Amino acid sequence: SVSHSQITRLYSRFTSLDKGENGTLSREDFQRIPELAINPLGDRIINAFFPEGEDQVNFRGFMRTLAHFRPIEDNEKSKDHNGPEPLNSRSNKLHFAFRLYDLDKDDKISRDELLQVLRMMVGVNISDEQLGSIADRTIQEADQDGDSAISFAEFVKVLEKVDVEQKMSIRFLH
Amino acid sequence: LDYQHVQVPFEITLWIMLASLAKIGFHLYNKLPSVVPESCLLIFVGLIMGGIIYGLNDRSPPVMDTDIFFLYLLPPIVLDAGYFMPSRPFFENMGTILLYAVVGTVWNVFGIGFSLYGICQVKAFRLQDVSLLHNLLFGSLIAAVDPVAVLAVFEEIHVNEKLHILVFGESLLNDAVTVVLYKLFRSFCEMPAIKSVDVFAGIGKFFVVGLGGVLLGLSFGFTAAFTTRFTKDIRVIEPLFVFLYSYLSYLTAEMFHLSGIVAIIACAMGMKRYVEANISLKSHTTVKYFMKMWSSVSDTLIFIFLGVSTIGENHEWNWPYICFTVIFCLVWRALGVLVLTFFVNRFHVNTITGKDQFIIAYGGLRGAICFSLVFLLPDFHRKKLFIAATTVVILFTVFIQGMTIRPLVDLLAVKRKRESAPTVGEQIHIRFLDHLLAGIEDISGHWGQYYWKDKLEYFNSKYLQKILLREYDQPKSSIVLLYEKLERKHAIELAEAGQLGHAPSHPALLNDRTVIMDKKLEDDALNSNVLDNIQEILARNLYRTRRTGPAYSRHTLPGETEHVEHAKEILILRHKSL
Repeated sequence: SVSHSQITRLYSRFTSLDKGENGTLSREDFQRIPELAINPLGDRIINAFFPEGEDQVNFRGFMRTLAHFRPIEDNEKSKDHNGPEPLNSRSNKLHFAFRLYDLDKDDKISRDELLQVLRMMVGVNISDEQLGSIADRTIQEADQDGDSAISFAEFVKVLEKVDVEQKMSIRFLH
Repeated sequence: LDYQHVQVPFEITLWIMLASLAKIGFHLYNKLPSVVPESCLLIFVGLIMGGIIYGLNDRSPPVMDTDIFFLYLLPPIVLDAGYFMPSRPFFENMGTILLYAVVGTVWNVFGIGFSLYGICQVKAFRLQDVSLLHNLLFGSLIAAVDPVAVLAVFEEIHVNEKLHILVFGESLLNDAVTVVLYKLFRSFCEMPAIKSVDVFAGIGKFFVVGLGGVLLGLSFGFTAAFTTRFTKDIRVIEPLFVFLYSYLSYLTAEMFHLSGIVAIIACAMGMKRYVEANISLKSHTTVKYFMKMWSSVSDTLIFIFLGVSTIGENHEWNWPYICFTVIFCLVWRALGVLVLTFFVNRFHVNTITGKDQFIIAYGGLRGAICFSLVFLLPDFHRKKLFIAATTVVILFTVFIQGMTIRPLVDLLAVKRKRESAPTVGEQIHIRFLDHLLAGIEDISGHWGQYYWKDKLEYFNSKYLQKILLREYDQPKSSIVLLYEKLERKHAIELAEAGQLGHAPSHPALLNDRTVIMDKKLEDDALNSNVLDNIQEILARNLYRTRRTGPAYSRHTLPGETEHVEHAKEILILRHKSL
């Protein structure tokens, strides 16, 4: 679990974001972070903090979401998984990313969902047709059960060569 | 002809004109700047000019006067660097930068000094009269990495933000160490006996010079911000205050024997935020343009003068000493970087890779500061030897290291990419994860010293803003300012095109963008199933996360870089979807 000093640090960050000083963060509080405004995935990342249908997130929820990004300690890797998997395991990190793609929560990234994300990430110089073929290609590469969508297992397989633990960890959160 | 009357300003203007024409000349022939860095070409022009003057007058051409260099040519460059220094990466890496600047420079000075003394002991070289103190003095002026040269060369090689800021920050901050050590050894040379008290006084002096410079710079910076609070009715002279106060801070620091470079950087960084909020948009643009212009001219003139001063009879060519100087500069720098990086990597998870270390070590160029310092040396019988050695080191680093660093970097980069090429899916998802991580870092506040930033922000909002800003609502960050500007511009353009209420199908502001897109539709539609083409298209068009580009650029104004263009596009897209 997160160390005491880290919790204190994150709490002070939480309170500095909380302009309304009511112990919870709203979407506006997140949108005030300037770098987030020019992050292509800004809105989706903000939404990931808020539980289903709610508009406020408390510190516990804030911590819980951020806990996905803790680096994986070496001693944790060798523990046998008797209890529930820790939030920052490789599988859960990937699941977090998967949920950012999969807006309708049907456990599949459909062509439309992929197109939406792609459109957010590329510049204005790519036409819709090109983007469509890129999306088709991506699904074609990943799809193994022939349903023209990317399931979570297929998503994991695509990224098997990528060092997800390093790519999805914030260095000081340990 | 009344030449005597106008001689001085006339000659100055002619030199500046020569510098500017040379710059135009290089850029006319497009291929040249990518092979040979501009600094080399300028030195070359200087060499030619020096040769001409020498041939005509039959005596040594005017050596660059150290006063002119330190008082007129250096401040604009450092001001430019300090004003446009991106504060987030700078403060994030402050610990590492300070370590390299202070400990690294001291290591280099003593290493080079002692090893050269060792060389002087060899009887065959006939150098025995060069004492240890002289060698240390020489070491202190040759060890420091020069910001002008570093900037000039790093423009060409595209390194990531962190590396750029490390080398650049180091080259700026090591001035404090250089000043102290140089003056220390010089005064030791004149003292008959050196006691350990003097050594400790020297160490104490370092803190005075460094911290004093910072405090002085900050006080001038805040005074400048305060002054601009009252300039609402005389907008035309607003830009002047920025320059006047910065220059004053530099001169005052030099007057008190503090580090002028550190002072002017502190002044620029301190005043930037408040001054930008207070002055008008037009004044702001003027400030940016003038800074870039002056620093460009200075930079060009420095290199030309370097070339001119090389010709002449100022040198004593003792080749063993010179060769060993060059070798020791390289060796000690490499060792220093290796050792220090080893320590740095123990404390940070985000390590500095081997390739980065190579760039830091190899990119430690020497330049005009060493050159001026060597001319400032008191006249003793071996001074010409030092001048010759300095000249060769500078020419070596600028020409050879400057020209070869880019191919070497490319070579090293290519070696890494031998693993199999990523699939389209990997390409997209990896970029996705990068953006995700950048976003989470921004939310969680990714400064190591977050505690201090928060305290600083608190102090700022409670006290500083109220005093220094004319209207103290929330000081708008540059992104918000950009967004507002964009909104206004978009509205104006829509109104002009008579299209209020008719939203274009693509979030393209400029008309010529749509033309480009149409063309691309025709070109690429047929090939869109080919894998290579897709990967290329993606590589070109996927937005970059902010850490992959250089943080500071000499020749482009902030606000005109690709990153900002992308930021605009993203903001418009989001605005549309809201």
